[in-house]
Amino acid sequence: MMASSYNAKDEDGHHPGSVGSGGPGAVKSKKPDNTAFKQQRLPAWQPILTAGTVLPAFFMIGLIFIPIGIGLLVTSNNIKEFEVRAVAIATSYSCECASLNNRNSPRTKDFSNVFMYYGLSNFYQNHRRYVKSRDDSQLNGDKSSLLNPSKECEPYRTSDKKSIAPCGAIANSLFNDTLELFYIHPNGSRIAIHLVKTGIAWWTDKHVKFRNPGENNNNLSIVFQDTSKPVNWRKPVYELDPSDPDNNGFINEDFIVWMRTAALPTFRKLYRIIQKKKDNMTPTLPPGNYSLEVIYNYPVRSFDGRKRMILSTISWMGGKNPFLGIAYITVGSVCFFLGVVLLIIHHKYGNRNNNADIPN
Amino acid sequence: FFVFFTEEERRVRANDREYNEKFQYASNCIMTSKYNIITFLPVNLFEQFQEVANTYFLFLLILQLIPQISSLSWFTTIVPLVLVLSITAVKDATDDYFRHKSDNQVNNRQSQVLIGGILQKEKWMNVRVGDIIKLENNQFVAADLLLLSSSEPHSLCYIETAELDGETNMKVRQSLSVTSELGDPNNLAQFDGEVVCEPPNNKLDRFCGTLYWKDCKYPLSNQNMLLRGCVLRNTESCYGLVIFAGPDTKLMQNSGRTKFKRTSIDRLMNTLVLWIFGFLVCMGVILAIGNAVWEKEVGALFQSFLPWDPPVDNFLFSAFLSFWSYVIILNTVVPISLYVSVEVIRLGHSYFINWDRRMFCSRSNTAAEARTTTLNEELGQVEYIFSDKTGTLTQNIMTFNKCSINGRAYGEVMDILGAQQKRVQPLDFTAWNPLADRDFCFYDQSLLEAVMVGEPAVHEFLRVLSLCHTVMSEEKREGVLVYKAQSPDEGALVTAARNFGFVFRSRTPGTVTTHELGKAVTYTLLAILDFNNIRKRMSVIVRNPEGRIRLYCKGADTVLFERLHSCNHELMNITSDHLNEYAGDGLRTLALAYRDLSEEQWEAWAERFRGADKATDCRDDRLAAVYEEIEQDMMLLGATAVEDKLQDGVPETIAILSLANIKIWVLTGDKQETAVNIGYSCKMLTDDMTEIFIVNGHTVQSVREELRKSRERMLESARTRDGGKEAPPSSLLESISGEFALIISGHSLAHALEADMEREFLETACACRAVICCRVTPLQKALVVELVKRHKKAVTLAIGDGANDVSMIKTAHIGVGISGQEGIQAVLASDYSFSQFRFLQRLLLVHGRWSYLRMCRFLCYFFYKNFAFTMVHFWFGFFCGFSAQTVYDQYFITLYNIVYTSLPVLAMGIFDQDVPEQRSLEYPKLYEPGQLNLLFNKREFFICIAQGIYTSVVLFFIPYGVLSHATQSNGVPLADYQTFAVTTATALVIVVSVQIALDTGYWTAINHFFIWGSLGTYFTILFAMHSSILFNIFPKQFHFLGSAHNTLGQPVVWLTIALATVISIAPVLAFRFLKLDLKPQLSDTVRNTQLVLQKKRKPGGRVGRGSRRSGYAFAHQEGFGELITSGKNMRLSSMALATFASRHSSSWIDTLRRKKHANSTGAQNTPPTGEDSAASSQTPPLSTSSSAAGKAGQACNEPVLTHSPDDIALSVIRCPEREVGECSTGTVQVNIHLKTSSSTNCILWG
Repeated sequence: MMASSYNAKDEDGHHPGSVGSGGPGAVKSKKPDNTAFKQQRLPAWQPILTAGTVLPAFFMIGLIFIPIGIGLLVTSNNIKEFEVRAVAIATSYSCECASLNNRNSPRTKDFSNVFMYYGLSNFYQNHRRYVKSRDDSQLNGDKSSLLNPSKECEPYRTSDKKSIAPCGAIANSLFNDTLELFYIHPNGSRIAIHLVKTGIAWWTDKHVKFRNPGENNNNLSIVFQDTSKPVNWRKPVYELDPSDPDNNGFINEDFIVWMRTAALPTFRKLYRIIQKKKDNMTPTLPPGNYSLEVIYNYPVRSFDGRKRMILSTISWMGGKNPFLGIAYITVGSVCFFLGVVLLIIHHKYGNRNNNADIPN
Repeated sequence: FFVFFTEEERRVRANDREYNEKFQYASNCIMTSKYNIITFLPVNLFEQFQEVANTYFLFLLILQLIPQISSLSWFTTIVPLVLVLSITAVKDATDDYFRHKSDNQVNNRQSQVLIGGILQKEKWMNVRVGDIIKLENNQFVAADLLLLSSSEPHSLCYIETAELDGETNMKVRQSLSVTSELGDPNNLAQFDGEVVCEPPNNKLDRFCGTLYWKDCKYPLSNQNMLLRGCVLRNTESCYGLVIFAGPDTKLMQNSGRTKFKRTSIDRLMNTLVLWIFGFLVCMGVILAIGNAVWEKEVGALFQSFLPWDPPVDNFLFSAFLSFWSYVIILNTVVPISLYVSVEVIRLGHSYFINWDRRMFCSRSNTAAEARTTTLNEELGQVEYIFSDKTGTLTQNIMTFNKCSINGRAYGEVMDILGAQQKRVQPLDFTAWNPLADRDFCFYDQSLLEAVMVGEPAVHEFLRVLSLCHTVMSEEKREGVLVYKAQSPDEGALVTAARNFGFVFRSRTPGTVTTHELGKAVTYTLLAILDFNNIRKRMSVIVRNPEGRIRLYCKGADTVLFERLHSCNHELMNITSDHLNEYAGDGLRTLALAYRDLSEEQWEAWAERFRGADKATDCRDDRLAAVYEEIEQDMMLLGATAVEDKLQDGVPETIAILSLANIKIWVLTGDKQETAVNIGYSCKMLTDDMTEIFIVNGHTVQSVREELRKSRERMLESARTRDGGKEAPPSSLLESISGEFALIISGHSLAHALEADMEREFLETACACRAVICCRVTPLQKALVVELVKRHKKAVTLAIGDGANDVSMIKTAHIGVGISGQEGIQAVLASDYSFSQFRFLQRLLLVHGRWSYLRMCRFLCYFFYKNFAFTMVHFWFGFFCGFSAQTVYDQYFITLYNIVYTSLPVLAMGIFDQDVPEQRSLEYPKLYEPGQLNLLFNKREFFICIAQGIYTSVVLFFIPYGVLSHATQSNGVPLADYQTFAVTTATALVIVVSVQIALDTGYWTAINHFFIWGSLGTYFTILFAMHSSILFNIFPKQFHFLGSAHNTLGQPVVWLTIALATVISIAPVLAFRFLKLDLKPQLSDTVRNTQLVLQKKRKPGGRVGRGSRRSGYAFAHQEGFGELITSGKNMRLSSMALATFASRHSSSWIDTLRRKKHANSTGAQNTPPTGEDSAASSQTPPLSTSSSAAGKAGQACNEPVLTHSPDDIALSVIRCPEREVGECSTGTVQVNIHLKTSSSTNCILWG
């Protein structure tokens, strides 16, 4: 208010003492523009944290989060998940069949697909040297990279003076156990359950990121003839799934799944899908005893790793995940509680509305 | 041969280029630019890499090129680094371009050089040392010249030195008599004198050399020199010999680089950055140890799948490499964009200062200018202001106000008529005196009558004024006189004489021509006994046309009265009474006298004078002694009183600034009485101050004693006020403030500033509310500032307008120059400049406060966001074998700081406002957080860091908890690395965006645009980078193909992000709310009231009008009402107060003043008059210890307040917990909002 009163004086410009210095009138005024921007008067929204906004916000968060949390928890609890720690028995590197007669095998009545995962723990797929040890352009079917892979692949870049395809540590350590699931009929017969091995990778990975070199050449063994297989592999890349040309070579889905490195040292990867029955009436996996057979190829003992097999159903929010539901309920409750506490504090000690003590 | 030498003396031979070239003197080409096109890149890069930060990033870049270490691709560092370097380079290049332009312009100016006897046009840059050049009127002097001859008689030559020393008055230079005869070019071409002189230096007022010509020696002094930068005035033409050229000229020698000032935030920031480096190293070490353990325990076993890289053969080496890898990925805690962003913000703030219309003075057509762009936030932290008086507080416009002639006082008309009839017509002189100056105002008819009647004393009085001065006059047209005066006082006096009929018309070195009551009279000027600070007087001896010789003298009364004839005793007494009265009014006084001299006296004296004048040693002393001889037995004529006008708004500004707890010290070269008077008139000193100490001792002991006494008095009064309670004496001096003032004179200051006493002085002075140092030299000004700067951890600001303030302006943290009348020297040295002292309140309370607030908020947020971003890597380290694997995509790391989060925080840093500008002027207490450094300090920093680390924990562990088990709805697990990276990055961007939204207090369209825009940009870039198009082009670079679609399509991911956001933000929200609710800062309160106000307004439909004057006011100290109405300051600025009363605005000062009147004169609201103020000054000033209730009650009885009680909305706001001495108990402020009246009323007492 003071400044405004001065301003008025500025405008009239009259001053008795000022001796005309400089040419009057002719000089262009240097007065800054009167724009809202330059005068810092831009219209603005000025939010303030008041009891009227903060407290309802806390209650709102509470009221939204708790139901979501309950919903998530219920959904998660409805998901059937079954886990087998398969590794414990396996000791040797030979082809050993571990069969399991499990007492409480999945008695799922679920009518949706059942997903079969393998899990590894203490396996550092997220190690920097591991993560970078791949050549994406080779995997994308680039011919020159096929024969001359990136340096990142060292020491799995060449073997026997031939380039390795696929190169790198990730590919080299491809999980190569075979898991099979049998339904043990009450009458004692074992019925193999049909495991679908496609549709387990990201669509973009399968169709864009991973390409076999020589797109039109169906004979992969010729395409890969100048390359050698990764050292740990038993068979070359073009024999990963000879039965299905769309699932062979670099676009083999087991391979793609493995190449999508995990974020954490304990992880699971989708292995097979057990598709629901067509009639929609019988459960995908009827209650009963099942037997899991593992062709044990993959050594994990050396680094204290563990293998698991997981069977799980899926809901709209994915697999079993009680953490999210519990977290939501907790956060919701805490917020609600905080809201209550703040309300009490505000009422008791708050400085806002006590305009009672005016002296005299 | 080639000789390197430091020039010890300079030899210049005129017209002999060959000879002069031997010495390789600098040419007249100046180069202030730093680069040219070829050198720009290397030199600029070299300069930039001298900055530690840039070198550090270069070092990181090199580290990243080592494949075993490189945890990030090289572009994550090089992109920001190149960006930062190029922004700086562009800025430097632009600056240099303009320098080139101005250099070119100057270098290509034309000058006339005498070559081979002919005048030739030459560019300035081709002028050589030893050339003779011709200058014409109003031309700039091209180089430092020795004046050889001029067109004017006696080879005089007038120059204006404004560009050099800032003084606008003209100076006279004269050539040696031997060279002055070389009139025309032909003779000059033959001139072959040789000058031997000192080497180039920067002393403007000194030159020492000798001219050797025709086997004779002639001494040369500064009087013979024309320096580059001066302008030739009133002289048709002149010739000069180039002595110094180009970079050797005194002008260039003086334009040294100013010292680079840093703000306290800068220093703090540098410390913090160092700490962060330390922190970074610690993190690196921890993770390296982790790596060693991991590689030994796990990695060694894992080798079948993941062998060590070839050079690594054991876990220790791996740990060593891992340390550097982590240094690289954690380096983002000190983002390279920090320094650039800070500069950008400061630049923005500087532009806002330049653009401020309310700091524009239309009278002088100058806008405020931030000359330094790096100090803005320090403006919000100022605690001490050191102000010059003349030209800063005062306008440096002198008006002849009153005089006392032969015992009779003239000009008193104002006091008789009183304030109400102040619009007396000024006398009209032009009717009978065509030469009168129209701008001159005088109100007392009686003096004019006395002139008409022909009173001899009056005539003689005016004659003194018209003769005894050193003013130059310029008559552009017949009858239009322009005076050029050395000092404005003199100008005012000569103008006064002019209007009363004694017109000074012109002068030659030997004569003065005046126009006395219409007829021209020419006096022979026999001698000028010039003014200096010791003599404090000047005299002229003239012979009038009748042949009588008379000495006219004017000078300080104390000096002059000692030299009067004894018969003047009675007149002297009367005149001294008048003088006392004038001094009391704050007017500058001079006494006038004359003495008749007989021819013999004159002859005898003139002989002695010539003897003294020719003396080579102690010339000045001898001259002074000779002058002293003749200035005796004078007859007193009377005295003049000149008013030194205060600038507009000075008292209000000082009042507001001191309410903002800023201490103002006035440092002036004026004498004590003047300084004290100005102190009163601008309300630094008040009558209700407990005591005003005057330290005036001449010896060390006396000064020490006086300081000690004043301290004792302070302690004593503090004790009595506290009811005899003994407080610990050490802290006591600190706690007292406000009630005392200290006035110290220059010679006492000299002692007080000595090493052993400076602490005592400082303690005493800092306990006082006002300090005035008078009679101080420019050096002492700087010393005082330096003293405070050294011992108090406070930000100092020096404001001044003249060349004598330059040292002070350069010393203080912030220097402000008043671009006013005294030239540009101070402005050139300053960091900020504007033309009115009152703009200071806006600069500090509005711009400074905002800048500080914005910078602090910016820094807090900036550190927060980078810690939140970077520390996630640290947590991830524990899960990835300490392998320095990053959590995010490398493009995200590259772009996070420069794209995704830079603009919203910049917008906040540039545009944020907590309270509107009017409020910060209304409640100066809002300024205090800056002074106490509350908004960004180490504590706040740690809070930000802690918040950042907390957020990083949430950002890592929430996705960890959720995703490790989650699968997509098609069964594919979500726990792959890329999904995790995208989820965390998205959560991070959202959390920091919500946080900036929470921090932004002022959402302009720009803020909206940037915040939403940043989020939008993030998602756009994310999807673009993860698209198949880019992957197909660069399959190796963009391997995150499809992650965005696959991840962000999952509800689980969004639930995770929402969860992380709430967990990160909710505690902050709760904490802020509690702080606001339980311990609101003043700014919060003001902001809140603003909100309430707006809400109330809306339904009433009375939006807009009057909001500026709406009535919430917190004042925090009492006493301004008393201050204004008490007799003491009334008597000085009755005129100023009268203008207050007539002003329509209802400023709070006004209100308080009216209230005071209401109290002192019963309930009626009479306008203030002289009697009124006298009455009020008799009522005892309310003591500070009187009860709050009493005062509040008193205030409520105030008639203005009572008109519509229903409309008075009352609210009480607790004072912020800090009390600064003046309120000893918990202060309660009462805010009264009068909804109906447009006036503001405030009552406020504790």
